[in-house]
Amino acid sequence: MKTIHSAKGNSLIYKAISQVFMLVMTLLILFPIYFMFINSFKSRPDFIKNPIGLPAPFTVQSFLDAFAGKNFVSWFGNSIFLMLASIVITTLFSCLAAFAFARMDFKGSKTIFNMMIPLMSIPPIIMLIPLYKVMAVLNLVNTRASVILIYSGIMVPFTIFLLKNFFANVPKSLTEAAFIDGATQFQTFYKIIIPLSKSALITASIVNIVWVWNELLIALVFLQDESMRTIIVGLTLFKSRYTLNVPVIMAGLSIATIPMLLVYIFGQRYLVQGLLSGAVKE
Amino acid sequence: MKYKNRLGLVVPYLYIMPAILIVTLIIVFPVVNIIVNSFFTTVGGKEVWFGINNYIMIFKDDLFWTSILNNLRLFASIPFITVFAILIAALLYDKILGWHFYQSIIFTPYILAIPVVGIVFSYILQYKGVLNTLLASIGCESLVKDWLGTPKLAIWSIVAVVVWKQIGFGVVLFLARLGSVPPVLYEAATVDGAGWWKKLIHVTLPQLATTIEFFIIINIINMLSWVFDFVFVMTGGGPVNSTYVMEYFIYQKAFAGSLVNMGEAAGVIVLIFAICIIAAESIIRKRLEDFQ
Repeated sequence: MKTIHSAKGNSLIYKAISQVFMLVMTLLILFPIYFMFINSFKSRPDFIKNPIGLPAPFTVQSFLDAFAGKNFVSWFGNSIFLMLASIVITTLFSCLAAFAFARMDFKGSKTIFNMMIPLMSIPPIIMLIPLYKVMAVLNLVNTRASVILIYSGIMVPFTIFLLKNFFANVPKSLTEAAFIDGATQFQTFYKIIIPLSKSALITASIVNIVWVWNELLIALVFLQDESMRTIIVGLTLFKSRYTLNVPVIMAGLSIATIPMLLVYIFGQRYLVQGLLSGAVKE
Repeated sequence: MKYKNRLGLVVPYLYIMPAILIVTLIIVFPVVNIIVNSFFTTVGGKEVWFGINNYIMIFKDDLFWTSILNNLRLFASIPFITVFAILIAALLYDKILGWHFYQSIIFTPYILAIPVVGIVFSYILQYKGVLNTLLASIGCESLVKDWLGTPKLAIWSIVAVVVWKQIGFGVVLFLARLGSVPPVLYEAATVDGAGWWKKLIHVTLPQLATTIEFFIIINIINMLSWVFDFVFVMTGGGPVNSTYVMEYFIYQKAFAGSLVNMGEAAGVIVLIFAICIIAAESIIRKRLEDFQ
């Protein structure tokens, strides 16, 4: 790789200082994550004696205890279900709309699109009270459907924004050729645009997955039944009630974090690109 | 034929319909509804016109001012996040040894759930927690504090956790922007004999200017209206209400107390702030797109 900023002339001192600085930063960043994982593998007395060092003895009992917790498995399942359902709805609705915004001429297209974009920055706390009333009227409080609807509604503007830019860049000649071959508009959409936009779809989905999985406020307010909670809400409320057995809490947090770490490790490129797309145009 | 044409005119609207409906239900309607309802009060289950009395009640509520002040205190995280992110991005841009590894690590906190981060830090920061043990063991007993349990200190502990959580996004954002800076600029500076520091001041910072503005604005929005999770998990607004923020104030009024309309009026105040900032954001976003 090219080294432009530094060039070759950089002194040893510069290299040493920058390495020391970065190592200190890395340690500061890693310590809390290390603290969480390492203490998941300790017994309770071991944690009290030695909260920083390696486990002695190493035990997975805390993980077993966490899973044995009354609702832990259903919390995990709920998070997965809410995530899948809301991502599917968001992606479907956003693809259709982004296709229209990117490839069709219609009255108000620009205006509607431009009104949609700022909506992605409106903080959920503002929608919370009215949404609670809406869901009460629809008889949806304490149902998964309410949360799926809300998550989808919140994710749609960002997803349309990201996909529209991508769809617009698919060469016109491709869709025109298909059109001449007798394909309908909808066929050009799902046979040409969608397959060519796989990376944008993955990017949007990964950003959305991370957001849904980590969300607290909406799940907290709308899913009040103990067995309906998401893993994040479950752990948050669990922590405030059982603060004594720290390794079990750390094990629970680790389990809630591992799926996102996997997403990060395998989808880093997409995730970073997706998060940046709000700021830096590709 | 005529029929078909007219149908063709409707088709685009059919494509955008599902998205428009759900966004209207979940975002637009609630925003309108909260504004209207902030001028009403609930009497015996019915909404009754209340003028600006909800707002007057809020302005007389000490907790409201505590909350606003705390949101402003959280702004203190922004200079730290920004400066560190720029420094780190500039170093990583130099492709120092292991830069890719460093970047991956530094971004990691950004993908962790705030509640997870908050719970882990509350164990690290508690009075008998690891931080105090470490401080004591290196002989800094005077620094041993109840980081989250002292009213004057708790909000600043939250600021520190926010910095830890948010820095990675800044690094990645600035690094991406630096990737599109013409290499010629750095080459020219090198030829002129500029050192690392001079290049940072005279090339990197001016090139990053718009991105920095944008980054600061996103962080202002975050500190104003996306910090509920930190407060809820780490302090629950305490000790003695010292870490209330606007979102927590609204949540408490509406869902713990039963002052729903007061919560709505507080929501409108946050909305007004948010709209001002979002307007500034979209202006800067336009400028960002223009020069790319």
